[in-house]
Amino acid sequence: MSSAELMVHAGVTRYRGAFWRLYKEELTLILRRRRNQALLLVLAIVPLFIGVAVKLSSPRGGDGPQFIGQVTGNGLFLVFTALTVALPLFLPLVIGVVSGDSIAGEAGIGTLRYLLTLPVTRTRSLVSKTLAVASFTMIAVLTVSLVGLITGGVLFGLHSVTLLSGDTVSLGNGLVRTALVALYVAIALFGLAAAGVLVSTLTENAIAAMAATVGVAVLSALLDAVPQLSGIHPILLTDHWLGFGELLRSTVSAPDLLRWSGLHLGYAAIFLSLAYARFSTKDVTS
Amino acid sequence: MTTEADPRTAQPPAPEAESACAVRTVGLTRRFGDQLAVDGLDMVVPRGSVYGFLGPNGSGKTTTIRMLLGLLHPNDGQIELLGRSMPGQLADVLPLVGALIEGPAFQPYLSGQANLRRLDRSDATADPATSAERIEAALARVGLTAAAGKKFRNYSLGMKQRLGIAAALLRPRELLVLDEPTNGLDPQGTREVRHLIRDLAEDGITILVSSHLLAEIEQIASHVGIMSGGRLLRQGRLAEVLADGTAQIRITTPDLAAAAGLLTELELLEVSVQADTSSVTARLGALAPEDIAAALVGAGVRLRGLGVERPHLEELFVSITGEGFDVLR
Repeated sequence: MSSAELMVHAGVTRYRGAFWRLYKEELTLILRRRRNQALLLVLAIVPLFIGVAVKLSSPRGGDGPQFIGQVTGNGLFLVFTALTVALPLFLPLVIGVVSGDSIAGEAGIGTLRYLLTLPVTRTRSLVSKTLAVASFTMIAVLTVSLVGLITGGVLFGLHSVTLLSGDTVSLGNGLVRTALVALYVAIALFGLAAAGVLVSTLTENAIAAMAATVGVAVLSALLDAVPQLSGIHPILLTDHWLGFGELLRSTVSAPDLLRWSGLHLGYAAIFLSLAYARFSTKDVTS
Repeated sequence: MTTEADPRTAQPPAPEAESACAVRTVGLTRRFGDQLAVDGLDMVVPRGSVYGFLGPNGSGKTTTIRMLLGLLHPNDGQIELLGRSMPGQLADVLPLVGALIEGPAFQPYLSGQANLRRLDRSDATADPATSAERIEAALARVGLTAAAGKKFRNYSLGMKQRLGIAAALLRPRELLVLDEPTNGLDPQGTREVRHLIRDLAEDGITILVSSHLLAEIEQIASHVGIMSGGRLLRQGRLAEVLADGTAQIRITTPDLAAAAGLLTELELLEVSVQADTSSVTARLGALAPEDIAAALVGAGVRLRGLGVERPHLEELFVSITGEGFDVLR
């Protein structure tokens, strides 16, 4: 046997790096799919479109998404504008499609039974698919951010950043803050992605799972918009998604950001625990 | 089931628990709602056998296979695969088991080769260093080399089926579970699969094959199990199961009346004269065929031929599971 041999147990050899290979296969499966590539393209168009629109229009104050007024002064703000625009609909849509498809998609076309009888144990299957969905979430956020950064840089230039509080920090500082913004948004969206994985273990119909996941985000946003329900607003899945603005103040409120990130990860933990409980005992009849 | 080594007395790493059975179930039961899909199944597939798993649609074959492979959870009963219990030791057993379950299923937008690569890379117990050659060999074995780069969605039904078999053959196996392996194959493909199964069986691999093509099974199986309504009605060596069926004697002679008269005298049942083939048939009872021959010759009946006809698997199958075309449930 090769030197990669890890251990022999009951006549079966397990090879080093097996989980890493499994994870890579799952992520590759997502990224090679034309539909998912098209979704990333849509995300890339968001900052491009906003950037060009701002460039072509005369400066005008007041209306429009958060940060749009600062874009002409500093291209870096195109990243924040694009994320603000993409967060209510485009990003949840993309995350909902990919996460809802994760297990239901394979169950629907029947490949799940062959994956599980390889065997990939149910735990490894769920963990690898969840990690692949999490990676894709990060890739989706980076797509918006990087295209926003490049478009903003080309159209408006990148300069030292005037924060919301009025102070000015260097461009380097601004870029670090931007990276943290992207990370925060990815963590926030991971709560939704975990909901998608859970829904995906409940059905063999991938389209239904995708729709239900996007529905979770829409429902949460709706509840968040009803003033009479302000009591539950702080614990809604989507309530703090736009909280990344905190990172653009001179004194970043770390406790707030950590608490909100904790909420998102807490949601993810609950959804994934339920997904595990369901998937580990699920009868695979497809 | 003659020798049963106790795996607990073995030294680690545990050697193959040398059970003589590749598959053994005890009282395996599965309900869907209030319907008993599989009812107290005691299945025994000896190592090295080709076990034809038969039964009408909806008789519980697929449910059984899914339980054997850990996809469905039994309500009751035990499963032993290659001497290890399922689903507890799933991760240790299934690498030694290749399976084709209810038809092939692959990623439609990946090529046949890419699909096999995906499966092989996902398998913790497959050596990544030999992956490419094993994939090539498996594709060659099912005659798919030329179509390896074609997208799965563009495969014909027969090509899909072949790819499914290739996936089961990606690695050396001790047990193959093939659910309807010849489904959708052309006559050449069916023949090739039959040869393939024979070759694999000669290598000592146990094969559990379910099929509706009883003539096929009759040619390749050493053992059969016949299911109906969730129960295993017959099981054992093919020859023994077939011997359960009632044999008939066929006498070809120009002296039809005399022969028929003598057979009736000998108290054989269901004596019937077929003038068009100049033959007389009767159910073969306790009398040996050679004694009947002697009696006929002694009575001056001119014999052109005398033979014993055993029922084919198909007749036996229908007599066991019933004539009806409608699914039972």
